[in-house]
Amino acid sequence: MRPLDDFEELAGESMPTQPIRRLFAPGIALPLFLTAGTLCFAAPPPQSPSTDDCLACHSDKTMTTKRGARTVSLFVDGKKFSSSVHGSLACVSCHADLDGKDLPHATPLARVECGTCHSDEQKQHSHSLHGKAIARGDTLAPHCVDCHGNHDIVPVKDPRSAVAPLRVPFVCGRCHQEGTPVQTQRQIDQHNILENFSESIHGQALLKKGLVVAPNCASCHTPHNILPHTDPNSSIARRNIAATCTKCHAEIEQVHRKTIRGELWEKEAHVLPACVDCHQPHKIRNVFYTQGMADADCMRCHDNERLKAKDGRSMYVNAAEVARSRHANPRTQAAPIACSQCHSEVNVSRVRPCETITHPVDCTKCHEDQGQQYQRSKHGQLLAANDPNAPTCKECHGTHRILDKHDPDSRTFPTNVPSLCGSCHREGQRAAVRYVGTQHEIIQHYRESIHGKGLLQSGLTVTATCTNCHTAHMVLPKADPQSTVNPKNVPATCGACHHGIEEQFEQSVHSRLITNTDKELPVCNDCHSAHTIRRTDETGFMLDIMDKCGRCHEEIAKTYFDTYHGKVSRLGYTKTAKCYDCHGAHDILRVADPRSHLSRANVVATCQKCHSTATRRFAGYLTHATHHDPKRYPFLFWTFWGMTTLLVSTFVISGMHTLLWLPRALEMRRDLKAEEAREEADRRNGANGKSVDEENHHAG
Amino acid sequence: MPADFDLRSSALQPKDQPAGHGGKPLEREFVRFTRLQRTLHACMIVSFLSLATTGLTLKFSYTKWAAMVSRFLGGFQVAGFIHRTAAILMFGVFFVHLYNLVQVKRREYKSWRELLLGPSTMLPMPEDARQFIATMKWFVGAGPRPQYGRWSYWEKFDYFAVFWGIAVIGSTGLTLWFPIFFTRFLPGPFINIATVIHSDEALLATGFIFTVHFFNTHLRPEKFPMDTTIFTGHMPVRELKRDKPLEYEKLVASGRLEEHLEEPQPEIVVRTIRVFAWIALSIGFSIVVWIIYAMLFAYK
Repeated sequence: MRPLDDFEELAGESMPTQPIRRLFAPGIALPLFLTAGTLCFAAPPPQSPSTDDCLACHSDKTMTTKRGARTVSLFVDGKKFSSSVHGSLACVSCHADLDGKDLPHATPLARVECGTCHSDEQKQHSHSLHGKAIARGDTLAPHCVDCHGNHDIVPVKDPRSAVAPLRVPFVCGRCHQEGTPVQTQRQIDQHNILENFSESIHGQALLKKGLVVAPNCASCHTPHNILPHTDPNSSIARRNIAATCTKCHAEIEQVHRKTIRGELWEKEAHVLPACVDCHQPHKIRNVFYTQGMADADCMRCHDNERLKAKDGRSMYVNAAEVARSRHANPRTQAAPIACSQCHSEVNVSRVRPCETITHPVDCTKCHEDQGQQYQRSKHGQLLAANDPNAPTCKECHGTHRILDKHDPDSRTFPTNVPSLCGSCHREGQRAAVRYVGTQHEIIQHYRESIHGKGLLQSGLTVTATCTNCHTAHMVLPKADPQSTVNPKNVPATCGACHHGIEEQFEQSVHSRLITNTDKELPVCNDCHSAHTIRRTDETGFMLDIMDKCGRCHEEIAKTYFDTYHGKVSRLGYTKTAKCYDCHGAHDILRVADPRSHLSRANVVATCQKCHSTATRRFAGYLTHATHHDPKRYPFLFWTFWGMTTLLVSTFVISGMHTLLWLPRALEMRRDLKAEEAREEADRRNGANGKSVDEENHHAG
Repeated sequence: MPADFDLRSSALQPKDQPAGHGGKPLEREFVRFTRLQRTLHACMIVSFLSLATTGLTLKFSYTKWAAMVSRFLGGFQVAGFIHRTAAILMFGVFFVHLYNLVQVKRREYKSWRELLLGPSTMLPMPEDARQFIATMKWFVGAGPRPQYGRWSYWEKFDYFAVFWGIAVIGSTGLTLWFPIFFTRFLPGPFINIATVIHSDEALLATGFIFTVHFFNTHLRPEKFPMDTTIFTGHMPVRELKRDKPLEYEKLVASGRLEEHLEEPQPEIVVRTIRVFAWIALSIGFSIVVWIIYAMLFAYK
């Protein structure tokens, strides 16, 4: 590739040695001399190492250190340094943390703060895309040294400078070209940036023709104040791009003004096509643009209902749908979004302008934040892994018919969200079948939950739906620490609506802010569940809560069930004191805490919630007493065993009495039966005799 | 059996005497219990079964059975209401009996001493100890069946078991019913203790009544299928002679047996009594099964 060859040549150029060192020598020598003078007279105070002191070690070319897995050279070329713009400074001026330290120094050194001197640049940089990435902890984000180098920085005008105009594309291109980690792992919606630039008219002028006045990356993007085009302060924002281009193309504005209704250009720049709408960034060619890509041009073909792609997909675009869509009435600009703004890469010089399209529509060009979130999300991760099940923007939002989420017809309108997510996450669907966690029937459960009823039955659109808890774009599994449903973040997630509860909870003993422990602390869903969440005044919730608390507070829950409250709750009596009736629900504190509902000052009032005439002595009832614990409750333990002994001995004695009796009783029964039979026989005989007598009497 | 024949031949036969099978006059029966005593026993059954059923649902609340019974009764609150109502009935039975004792003393006895130490006393006497030993000998085949009097020692035991039970279960029950009143002069943990005592003593009472008492007085093989004397108040004279020979002989000797005879209860009354008694027995046995199941297989 030509441009890269050029770069190699530049890099290979031999550096002319300059007599700068001689000029600056007194500057270095003087402080050294003074220091030495002081040394002669005073006891040696902790002394800052001089440049020579540093070089005593660092001039060794073999000096290296390990950083992570990498081996990094610690060699400093003294010659190059003394000829650099910073040659007049001592090492400690930049490596300020070495000031006053003895040698050899501790490693590693702190990162050099260039902003101490270059404060304006530093400020711009820290507000820029790069600076924010650093603040986020992005390891790929560039620091000063990544562009400017370290010990060998020369003035920008010096062609040897790393940031000389001719070198800038390659400095930026180190990260912004195909295949680099930045391009593959970060949300960059431009492709082949370095390649396109070097083939563009700007790139050819700069790199082929060596025109140092031709624009390089920094000319449009600024060197330090690099911002995304969606940021209104960015040099490439829609409103500012004309000003950026007209820095060089001063006449263009007038030409443009002539072409398009005059004053609008300045007054309402946003309603007019911006330079980049026609001259795509990084690809600007010296072709003659006779026309922009008007929607009408697209519709010439795509209005045909039978238009099909090679693979059979319909390529028909319903103009009425597009006209109703949010993109036809965007919030950010008065003009509708043109086809070619989404379907970029069209080339107006072709008969079929769309034949140059190589990439699918990239929504993140405008919806940058959402794009970044999506890429981080599970959905985005699946897409990056080329998973065929990964949902992209259009799976949820649709394509040409896209509507605002506040429009009841929109697929993302709150009441439609459960069925939208359900199209994959309903049992048996493609997301549900690969899911291995504990949540099942989530759509059905959600519908029956308090949130689902609020949203779908009561039609309360402010009720939490899938996206309120899981977010719309940064959906992450619970295990991910950044997930909104990660236990660490759940209170904040629920607190987005239930703010008052969150405030209470965060002060409670269950809050991570209050209790320092390695054990898992409960969060909202541990008691309220996730998708099956229900009203807390429902019988089911009230009776389940003891088992929920009992999952962690095992012993105390068991003893609760040994007492009256626990026993009647088992029988389904919901009004009895449950855990939260005494301990509080969200504002649980240690009993020892004076603010606790169960502290000495509050406990009587707590009992009085149900037992309105409760007294302090009544509050002495042991709500968690058990007769199984002889150490803590000896009186109960011994009462229980006393009673049990009485019971067992009574049963043993009377049981034996009965058992011994049984054979005698059976014997008596046999005797009795025999006697009865004898009597019966006697009676029958007697009766027969009598009746015979009577008959005789009658006959007589 | 000359005495039997004597009895029948000498029996005064009222004009409107109900006719038995075959138009023959019915055999007159010995009156063992008064109407009040029978009524109190029936009330005691109703109250005891209600107390046991509702109370045990709470004690064995960890079994599915308990929740089922509680739901069947109309929920825990209704069960609690039944329990307390039955408790009032039980206290009522207790006090009516005590009041009746006073009346009986005034009507039939000259002094408390005569009532309490006479031949018909319920109090344990040295004679009971002798009879107990004799019974043990009879059980092991080392002697004849002892000649029991009006009240055998096991009947006296049952009688005082009720006194003990009412005192223990009743007092702890009241503590649990009115905890706020009782904690005015008792410390809070006494409610916990009262719970343990109330529940274990109740277990003893139900277990004892539904097994030992049922066997001893109602279901002994020689009386099988059931001794209904406590319900009808009547006992065939031959049974009195066999079961309580001492009393029978005393009555015959004093010539006052006749005073204690009455016509049998009408058939319909006897049948109703049998239905009632069998229902009570079945409930009692079911509760025993439930207790055994809860204690052995579902204990927590």
